[in-house]
Amino acid sequence: MTLPADILETPRLPLDQDGGPVFSAPWEARVFAMTLQAHRAGVFSWGEWAQALGVELAKDGDGSGDTVGYYDRWIDAFEKLLREKDVAASGELKALKAAWDEAARETPHGQPIVLKTTDGTPCS
Amino acid sequence: MSHDHDHNHSELSDIELRVRALETLLTEKGYVDPPALDELIETYETKVGPKNGARVVARAWADPDYREWLLKDATAAIAELGFTGRQGEHMVAVENTHDTHNMVVCTLCSCYPWSVLGLPPVWYKSAPYRSRAVRDPRGVLAEFGVTLPEDTKIRVWDSTAEVRYLVIPRRPVGTDSWPEEDLAELVTRDSMIGTGLARDPNSVGETA
Repeated sequence: MTLPADILETPRLPLDQDGGPVFSAPWEARVFAMTLQAHRAGVFSWGEWAQALGVELAKDGDGSGDTVGYYDRWIDAFEKLLREKDVAASGELKALKAAWDEAARETPHGQPIVLKTTDGTPCS
Repeated sequence: MSHDHDHNHSELSDIELRVRALETLLTEKGYVDPPALDELIETYETKVGPKNGARVVARAWADPDYREWLLKDATAAIAELGFTGRQGEHMVAVENTHDTHNMVVCTLCSCYPWSVLGLPPVWYKSAPYRSRAVRDPRGVLAEFGVTLPEDTKIRVWDSTAEVRYLVIPRRPVGTDSWPEEDLAELVTRDSMIGTGLARDPNSVGETA
Protein backbone atom coordinates (compact mmCIF):
# COMPACT_ATOMS: atom_id res chain seq x y z
CA MET A 1 0.00 0.00 0.00
CA THR A 2 1.19 3.47 -0.75
CA LEU A 3 1.27 6.34 1.69
CA PRO A 4 -0.25 9.80 1.33
CA ALA A 5 2.02 12.30 -0.43
CA ASP A 6 2.75 14.40 2.65
CA ILE A 7 3.84 11.33 4.61
CA LEU A 8 6.26 10.47 1.83
CA GLU A 9 8.03 13.74 2.56
CA THR A 10 9.47 12.06 5.66
CA PRO A 11 13.27 12.14 5.54
CA ARG A 12 14.83 8.80 4.47
CA LEU A 13 11.67 6.80 5.19
CA PRO A 14 12.44 3.13 4.35
CA LEU A 15 9.98 2.00 1.67
CA ASP A 16 9.44 -1.23 -0.22
CA GLN A 17 8.90 -1.60 -3.95
CA ASP A 18 5.16 -0.97 -3.61
CA GLY A 19 5.77 2.30 -1.81
CA GLY A 20 4.74 0.93 1.60
CA PRO A 21 6.75 1.41 4.79
CA VAL A 22 9.26 -1.24 5.85
CA PHE A 23 9.78 -2.26 9.45
CA SER A 24 12.25 -4.55 11.09
CA ALA A 25 10.22 -5.12 14.25
CA PRO A 26 6.59 -4.80 15.35
CA TRP A 27 7.26 -1.89 17.70
CA GLU A 28 8.54 0.14 14.75
CA ALA A 29 5.20 -0.24 12.98
CA ARG A 30 3.46 0.73 16.22
CA VAL A 31 5.40 3.93 16.75
CA PHE A 32 5.02 4.79 13.05
CA ALA A 33 1.24 4.34 13.28
CA MET A 34 1.06 6.37 16.51
CA THR A 35 2.95 9.23 14.88
CA LEU A 36 0.49 9.17 11.99
CA GLN A 37 -2.47 9.24 14.38
CA ALA A 38 -1.05 12.04 16.51
CA HIS A 39 -0.49 14.04 13.33
CA ARG A 40 -4.06 13.36 12.17
CA ALA A 41 -5.34 14.41 15.59
CA GLY A 42 -3.68 17.76 15.00
CA VAL A 43 -0.81 17.52 17.45
CA PHE A 44 1.71 18.62 14.81
CA SER A 45 1.93 19.21 11.08
CA TRP A 46 3.83 16.69 9.01
CA GLY A 47 6.32 19.40 8.14
CA GLU A 48 7.08 19.89 11.83
CA TRP A 49 7.48 16.15 12.19
CA ALA A 50 9.84 15.89 9.22
CA GLN A 51 11.97 18.61 10.72
CA ALA A 52 12.07 17.03 14.19
CA LEU A 53 13.02 13.67 12.70
CA GLY A 54 15.62 15.27 10.47
CA VAL A 55 17.35 16.76 13.52
CA GLU A 56 17.61 13.34 15.17
CA LEU A 57 18.73 11.60 11.99
CA ALA A 58 21.46 14.18 11.51
CA LYS A 59 23.02 12.87 14.71
CA ASP A 60 23.88 9.66 12.87
CA GLY A 61 26.52 11.47 10.94
CA ASP A 62 27.15 8.95 8.24
CA GLY A 63 23.63 9.27 6.85
CA SER A 64 23.64 5.62 5.86
CA GLY A 65 19.89 5.42 6.38
CA ASP A 66 20.09 1.90 7.72
CA THR A 67 16.65 0.58 8.65
CA VAL A 68 17.90 -0.70 11.95
CA GLY A 69 18.45 2.42 13.97
CA TYR A 70 16.14 4.55 11.89
CA TYR A 71 13.18 3.96 14.17
CA ASP A 72 15.34 4.42 17.25
CA ARG A 73 15.89 7.96 15.98
CA TRP A 74 12.22 8.15 15.14
CA ILE A 75 11.08 7.38 18.69
CA ASP A 76 13.62 9.89 20.09
CA ALA A 77 12.23 12.57 17.79
CA PHE A 78 8.62 11.62 18.57
CA GLU A 79 9.11 11.88 22.34
CA LYS A 80 10.91 15.18 21.94
CA LEU A 81 8.26 16.72 19.72
CA LEU A 82 5.52 15.62 22.11
CA ARG A 83 7.38 17.36 24.93
CA GLU A 84 7.73 20.52 22.84
CA LYS A 85 4.02 20.43 22.10
CA ASP A 86 3.25 20.01 25.81
CA VAL A 87 1.53 16.73 25.15
CA ALA A 88 3.99 14.82 27.29
CA ALA A 89 5.57 16.45 30.31
CA SER A 90 9.08 15.14 30.75
CA GLY A 91 8.35 13.09 33.86
CA GLU A 92 5.15 11.67 32.47
CA LEU A 93 6.58 9.24 29.96
CA LYS A 94 9.22 8.17 32.43
CA ALA A 95 6.60 7.35 35.06
CA LEU A 96 4.48 5.42 32.57
CA LYS A 97 7.50 3.50 31.39
CA ALA A 98 8.31 2.52 34.97
CA ALA A 99 4.69 1.52 35.52
CA TRP A 100 4.75 -0.75 32.46
CA ASP A 101 8.00 -2.26 33.58
CA GLU A 102 6.55 -3.02 36.98
CA ALA A 103 3.36 -4.41 35.46
CA ALA A 104 5.39 -6.71 33.20
CA ARG A 105 7.49 -8.01 36.03
CA GLU A 106 4.46 -8.70 38.18
CA THR A 107 2.72 -10.55 35.39
CA PRO A 108 3.27 -14.28 35.25
CA HIS A 109 4.12 -15.38 31.76
CA GLY A 110 1.00 -16.50 29.99
CA GLN A 111 -1.11 -13.60 31.26
CA PRO A 112 -1.71 -10.39 29.36
CA ILE A 113 0.26 -7.49 30.80
CA VAL A 114 -2.16 -4.89 32.06
CA LEU A 115 -1.36 -1.46 33.37
CA LYS A 116 -3.26 -1.02 36.60
CA THR A 117 -2.54 2.66 37.05
CA THR A 118 -5.57 4.23 35.43
CA ASP A 119 -6.82 5.05 38.90
CA GLY A 120 -3.67 5.61 40.87
CA THR A 121 -1.42 6.99 38.18
CA PRO A 122 1.84 8.16 39.71
CA CYS A 123 2.19 10.90 37.15
CA SER A 124 0.13 13.80 38.43
CA MET B 1 10.41 -25.85 30.48
CA SER B 2 13.42 -25.74 32.75
CA HIS B 3 15.61 -22.70 32.92
CA ASP B 4 18.30 -21.99 35.44
CA HIS B 5 16.98 -18.60 36.27
CA ASP B 6 13.49 -17.46 36.98
CA HIS B 7 11.60 -16.58 33.82
CA ASN B 8 8.16 -16.89 35.29
CA HIS B 9 7.43 -13.22 35.06
CA SER B 10 7.15 -11.27 31.87
CA GLU B 11 9.71 -8.85 30.65
CA LEU B 12 9.57 -6.06 28.11
CA SER B 13 12.59 -4.55 26.42
CA ASP B 14 13.45 -0.91 26.96
CA ILE B 15 12.15 0.08 23.57
CA GLU B 16 8.90 -1.85 24.07
CA LEU B 17 8.41 -0.04 27.38
CA ARG B 18 8.87 3.32 25.68
CA VAL B 19 6.39 2.41 22.97
CA ARG B 20 3.82 1.26 25.53
CA ALA B 21 4.33 4.41 27.61
CA LEU B 22 3.73 6.55 24.53
CA GLU B 23 0.63 4.60 23.61
CA THR B 24 -0.84 4.87 27.10
CA LEU B 25 -0.19 8.59 27.27
CA LEU B 26 -1.53 9.36 23.81
CA THR B 27 -4.58 7.18 24.41
CA GLU B 28 -5.35 8.85 27.73
CA LYS B 29 -5.13 12.25 26.08
CA GLY B 30 -7.35 11.17 23.24
CA TYR B 31 -4.81 11.50 20.44
CA VAL B 32 -4.61 7.80 19.75
CA ASP B 33 -7.48 5.37 19.45
CA PRO B 34 -6.19 1.83 20.07
CA PRO B 35 -8.64 -0.03 17.77
CA ALA B 36 -7.89 2.41 14.94
CA LEU B 37 -4.20 2.01 15.70
CA ASP B 38 -4.44 -1.77 15.40
CA GLU B 39 -6.32 -1.39 12.15
CA LEU B 40 -3.65 0.91 10.75
CA ILE B 41 -0.91 -1.48 11.81
CA GLU B 42 -2.74 -4.39 10.28
CA THR B 43 -2.38 -2.80 6.88
CA TYR B 44 1.40 -3.14 7.32
CA GLU B 45 1.26 -6.72 8.58
CA THR B 46 2.70 -8.11 5.42
CA LYS B 47 5.50 -5.59 5.42
CA VAL B 48 7.88 -7.43 7.69
CA GLY B 49 9.21 -10.50 5.96
CA PRO B 50 6.15 -12.80 6.07
CA LYS B 51 7.54 -14.74 3.12
CA ASN B 52 10.68 -15.65 5.05
CA GLY B 53 8.97 -18.41 6.99
CA ALA B 54 7.47 -19.84 3.81
CA ARG B 55 10.95 -20.20 2.35
CA VAL B 56 12.13 -22.00 5.47
CA VAL B 57 9.23 -24.45 5.31
CA ALA B 58 9.61 -25.03 1.57
CA ARG B 59 13.30 -25.80 2.06
CA ALA B 60 12.45 -28.26 4.84
CA TRP B 61 9.91 -29.99 2.58
CA ALA B 62 12.34 -30.22 -0.31
CA ASP B 63 15.55 -31.05 1.51
CA PRO B 64 15.52 -33.84 4.17
CA ASP B 65 18.88 -32.76 5.58
CA TYR B 66 17.67 -29.23 6.05
CA ARG B 67 14.47 -30.52 7.66
CA GLU B 68 16.48 -32.52 10.15
CA TRP B 69 18.68 -29.53 10.94
CA LEU B 70 15.65 -27.28 11.33
CA LEU B 71 14.05 -29.65 13.82
CA LYS B 72 17.27 -30.00 15.75
CA ASP B 73 18.49 -26.39 15.73
CA ALA B 74 15.95 -24.05 14.19
CA THR B 75 17.80 -20.87 15.17
CA ALA B 76 20.87 -21.88 13.15
CA ALA B 77 18.94 -23.42 10.25
CA ILE B 78 16.81 -20.29 9.87
CA ALA B 79 19.82 -17.99 10.21
CA GLU B 80 21.40 -19.95 7.34
CA LEU B 81 18.71 -18.48 5.08
CA GLY B 82 19.50 -15.02 6.38
CA PHE B 83 16.64 -14.49 8.80
CA THR B 84 17.54 -13.51 12.32
CA GLY B 85 15.63 -11.57 14.93
CA ARG B 86 17.05 -8.34 16.18
CA GLN B 87 17.08 -9.67 19.71
CA GLY B 88 18.43 -13.04 18.59
CA GLU B 89 15.42 -15.03 19.75
CA HIS B 90 15.76 -18.74 20.09
CA MET B 91 13.65 -20.49 17.46
CA VAL B 92 12.06 -23.91 17.73
CA ALA B 93 10.43 -25.64 14.76
CA VAL B 94 7.61 -28.10 15.41
CA GLU B 95 6.38 -30.41 12.67
CA ASN B 96 2.81 -31.36 11.96
CA THR B 97 2.12 -35.02 11.27
CA HIS B 98 -0.99 -37.14 10.99
CA ASP B 99 -0.75 -37.82 14.70
CA THR B 100 0.01 -34.34 15.97
CA HIS B 101 -1.04 -30.87 14.94
CA ASN B 102 0.89 -27.98 16.46
CA MET B 103 -0.48 -24.57 17.22
CA VAL B 104 1.27 -21.51 18.64
CA VAL B 105 -0.07 -18.93 21.05
CA CYS B 106 1.34 -16.20 23.23
CA THR B 107 -0.11 -13.68 25.56
CA LEU B 108 2.47 -11.02 24.71
CA CYS B 109 2.44 -9.34 21.35
CA SER B 110 6.22 -9.46 21.32
CA CYS B 111 6.34 -13.22 21.57
CA TYR B 112 5.96 -13.90 17.90
CA PRO B 113 8.61 -15.08 15.48
CA TRP B 114 8.37 -11.91 13.45
CA SER B 115 11.72 -12.36 11.75
CA VAL B 116 10.16 -15.26 9.84
CA LEU B 117 6.44 -14.44 10.02
CA GLY B 118 6.26 -10.67 9.92
CA LEU B 119 4.03 -8.60 12.19
CA PRO B 120 1.60 -10.57 14.35
CA PRO B 121 -2.00 -10.45 13.14
CA VAL B 122 -4.40 -8.65 15.45
CA TRP B 123 -6.31 -11.83 16.33
CA TYR B 124 -3.09 -13.42 17.58
CA LYS B 125 -2.88 -10.72 20.23
CA SER B 126 -6.58 -10.78 21.07
CA ALA B 127 -7.71 -12.00 24.49
CA PRO B 128 -10.18 -14.58 23.07
CA TYR B 129 -7.49 -16.28 20.99
CA ARG B 130 -4.98 -16.23 23.81
CA SER B 131 -7.28 -17.78 26.33
CA ARG B 132 -9.20 -20.17 24.08
CA ALA B 133 -6.26 -21.55 22.11
CA VAL B 134 -5.17 -23.39 25.22
CA ARG B 135 -8.56 -24.41 26.56
CA ASP B 136 -10.34 -25.26 23.33
CA PRO B 137 -7.89 -25.53 20.46
CA ARG B 138 -10.23 -27.66 18.37
CA GLY B 139 -12.96 -25.06 18.66
CA VAL B 140 -10.55 -22.28 17.70
CA LEU B 141 -9.35 -24.27 14.70
CA ALA B 142 -12.94 -24.82 13.60
CA GLU B 143 -13.42 -21.05 13.59
CA PHE B 144 -10.44 -20.80 11.30
CA GLY B 145 -12.13 -23.38 9.07
CA VAL B 146 -9.77 -26.18 9.99
CA THR B 147 -11.14 -29.59 10.87
CA LEU B 148 -8.65 -32.28 11.83
CA PRO B 149 -9.18 -36.04 12.00
CA GLU B 150 -10.51 -37.17 15.39
CA ASP B 151 -7.33 -39.08 16.15
CA THR B 152 -5.01 -36.14 15.51
CA LYS B 153 -3.72 -34.73 18.77
CA ILE B 154 -3.41 -30.97 19.07
CA ARG B 155 -0.40 -29.61 20.84
CA VAL B 156 -0.41 -25.95 21.86
CA TRP B 157 2.90 -24.18 22.35
CA ASP B 158 3.04 -21.09 24.52
CA SER B 159 5.74 -18.73 23.26
CA THR B 160 7.98 -16.90 25.65
CA ALA B 161 10.29 -13.95 25.33
CA GLU B 162 13.11 -16.45 24.86
CA VAL B 163 11.56 -19.09 22.65
CA ARG B 164 9.53 -18.57 19.47
CA TYR B 165 7.89 -21.39 17.58
CA LEU B 166 7.51 -22.02 13.90
CA VAL B 167 5.04 -24.67 12.81
CA ILE B 168 6.04 -26.77 9.81
CA PRO B 169 2.73 -27.60 8.18
CA ARG B 170 2.21 -30.94 6.42
CA ARG B 171 3.33 -30.97 2.84
CA PRO B 172 0.31 -31.31 0.55
CA VAL B 173 0.14 -34.56 -1.41
CA GLY B 174 0.86 -34.41 -5.11
CA THR B 175 3.67 -31.88 -4.82
CA ASP B 176 6.60 -34.30 -5.01
CA SER B 177 8.07 -32.82 -8.15
CA TRP B 178 7.48 -29.19 -7.19
CA PRO B 179 10.46 -26.85 -7.02
CA GLU B 180 11.07 -25.04 -3.74
CA GLU B 181 9.82 -21.66 -4.87
CA ASP B 182 6.46 -23.12 -5.92
CA LEU B 183 6.21 -24.99 -2.64
CA ALA B 184 6.73 -21.74 -0.77
CA GLU B 185 3.58 -20.39 -2.42
CA LEU B 186 1.58 -23.05 -0.59
CA VAL B 187 2.80 -21.99 2.84
CA THR B 188 0.52 -19.42 4.43
CA ARG B 189 1.22 -17.38 7.53
CA ASP B 190 -1.60 -19.09 9.41
CA SER B 191 -0.25 -22.52 8.51
CA MET B 192 3.00 -21.57 10.25
CA ILE B 193 1.11 -20.46 13.38
CA GLY B 194 -0.92 -23.64 13.23
CA THR B 195 -4.29 -22.01 12.74
CA GLY B 196 -4.32 -23.07 9.12
CA LEU B 197 -3.06 -25.75 6.77
CA ALA B 198 -0.87 -25.41 3.72
CA ARG B 199 -2.78 -24.38 0.60
CA ASP B 200 -4.36 -26.96 -1.66
CA PRO B 201 -1.95 -27.31 -4.62
CA ASN B 202 -4.93 -27.25 -6.98
CA SER B 203 -5.89 -23.81 -5.72
CA VAL B 204 -2.64 -22.32 -6.92
CA GLY B 205 -2.62 -21.46 -10.61
CA GLU B 206 -0.17 -23.84 -12.27
CA THR B 207 1.10 -21.25 -14.65
CA ALA B 208 1.20 -18.48 -12.06
